[in-house]
Amino acid sequence: MANLITARGDRSLRSLIDTDGGTVSRELYVNEDIFEQEQEQIFDRCWLFLGHESQVPNPGDFIVTRMGTEEVLVVRGRKDNQIRAFLNSCAHRGMKVCRYDQGNSLVFTCPFHAWTYDCNGALVGAAYQYAPYAYDGGIDREQWGLTPVAQFKNYYGSLWATWDPKAPSFEDYVGPFAEGIRYDCEASDGEDAGIEVFRPFQKWRLPTNWKVPAFSSSTDLTHAAMTHRSVNAASIGPDRGTMSGGERHKRRAPFPADRYAVGDHNLGHGGNWTVYQQPGVPEYVDTWYEAGVDEYFREARDRKAEKYSGRILPPHGHEGGHFCVFPNFIMDSWRWRWWHPHTVGVVERWSLFGVDREAPKHVKDAVRHYVMRYNGPTGATESDDMENWNYVYAASQGARARKRNYFFANGLGRGIESDQYPGVVFNGSHTEEAHRARFSRWLAFMEASSWDDLYPVNRAKSHRIW
Amino acid sequence: MAQRTTTGAEAMDRSLLLREIEQFLYWEALLLDERRLTEWLDLLAEDIHYWMPIRRNIKFGDWDLEYSDPESEISYFDEGKDILTGRVKQINTGVHWAEEPVSRFEHIVSNVLLLEVNGDEVKVSSKFFCYQNRLQDEVNLFVGRRYDTLRRDPDTVFKVAKREIILDQNVLLPKVVNTFF
Repeated sequence: MANLITARGDRSLRSLIDTDGGTVSRELYVNEDIFEQEQEQIFDRCWLFLGHESQVPNPGDFIVTRMGTEEVLVVRGRKDNQIRAFLNSCAHRGMKVCRYDQGNSLVFTCPFHAWTYDCNGALVGAAYQYAPYAYDGGIDREQWGLTPVAQFKNYYGSLWATWDPKAPSFEDYVGPFAEGIRYDCEASDGEDAGIEVFRPFQKWRLPTNWKVPAFSSSTDLTHAAMTHRSVNAASIGPDRGTMSGGERHKRRAPFPADRYAVGDHNLGHGGNWTVYQQPGVPEYVDTWYEAGVDEYFREARDRKAEKYSGRILPPHGHEGGHFCVFPNFIMDSWRWRWWHPHTVGVVERWSLFGVDREAPKHVKDAVRHYVMRYNGPTGATESDDMENWNYVYAASQGARARKRNYFFANGLGRGIESDQYPGVVFNGSHTEEAHRARFSRWLAFMEASSWDDLYPVNRAKSHRIW
Repeated sequence: MAQRTTTGAEAMDRSLLLREIEQFLYWEALLLDERRLTEWLDLLAEDIHYWMPIRRNIKFGDWDLEYSDPESEISYFDEGKDILTGRVKQINTGVHWAEEPVSRFEHIVSNVLLLEVNGDEVKVSSKFFCYQNRLQDEVNLFVGRRYDTLRRDPDTVFKVAKREIILDQNVLLPKVVNTFF
């Protein structure tokens, strides 16, 4: 099987997706050659999420983050206050120039031969650089700085980068989903870029292929009732009650809106898509157990209502629903989760959680405690997802298991294309349209020689395969 | 720090107290390992603060950055008895897939050190080595130390009033944490 798919652009990759039947071969998830190709074809080309500007508030502040399998140093410039991102690998011999998760620094000195870089990534010194018996001043500093990302974007506080200079702009890459990213970076009073994130990153390892969660855990409403059967017993909701997510959803203030799911097969993004029928924002419904928190959010909602008095809310983000940015990022209101592949069978999950920057401490504390007990390896809800994602992979590797395709046909052929929505839209939320869109885009990336073959650099291209 | 005692009587009192503390901590570990989680909850004070921070790799000297701040940052656990009780109820549903089938745990507690005696409260540090074996071949090790405040209790000898759990990991290597420390 492996020989079939080692050639880049080999059409046989296409044979692993049965577009008529709505199924996908398990080879996509368990084959090491495919995994290696994904690093070149996808992670070296796509825009990837790095973190949030509030993690590096002051000049010289840095964090180490990741872009897939590789570590990236994000640092705020001392002179110009600009945030930059670099491969965390010395230009000389590849040692990690920073092995701290977070801090503030004047320079980054490699512990191997003391090659030293400033906060702009420029080489400013190295051991023996002027010694006549060694380098004799012979290192071209212009050429031997840290490897910068090709393009970097601070989008309303969320930080993104790509290694590929030919990639389209970030706005073109996310397309109609830009609005949702901007909206999720809004404070609850409607102020643009009004949030900060709680530090630090939540990080943990999971033995599975990265696509198991990254391609299937957004807009997978059909999993909740079974996977999360036990969580209501834990009373972990904001109100500490035993209501299920669905019951809480029904308790929302009535506000005329149609709820859809979309899968953008050209861009690979997808998720909930809510079409509000009138301007304004819904009334606030009491949500929080902790004293004083509902008061804060109700006042914030009233200020937001003024901002949106003549405007329609964005179609997704916050109460409009969550969505996936291809390839590995899911934005669920202020809960951001993404998956860094390590090997074909190991993924590292990272999370960040936002909150109104200007909120008082008791509000930040209530939000923080809620996300801690809900999310992550100690989260009462997410821990059950881990079990499924883990053993999906374990039970898909055998010679016999590999021959049975995964089913992705929920809603296949029942979606419509319309000028009003991106990609393919489904009336309702219980569809795998967004999952299928990610496979359309996945195949396009795996077959493409460069961004010239990919939408939207090449707008003539249509990547929809089903 | 452990204090040097001056008289034989004080030394005897102190070692009896330490023995009580050790027995309490070992009893706690046994209840967890025998899956008597509801009984384990009885050993926690109503006002317990149960905290396990995320640990960062930091530059020598940046010690205030090493542990996530319980006042403003994200930790693995940062909660009271209500949430801990919810976690136990969730495991006891029998449909909490992350811990169903249930794991085989052994909590080894050692290096028990009496740090301070304040009226009916004592401050104690200890080390833990927790072995998890689950399904066919899932093995996890949780190793670290704890700083406890234990409060005298007429029914259970002590109640845990405060617990800080310092786990020796950065990226959490087990996929979930479905036990208590």
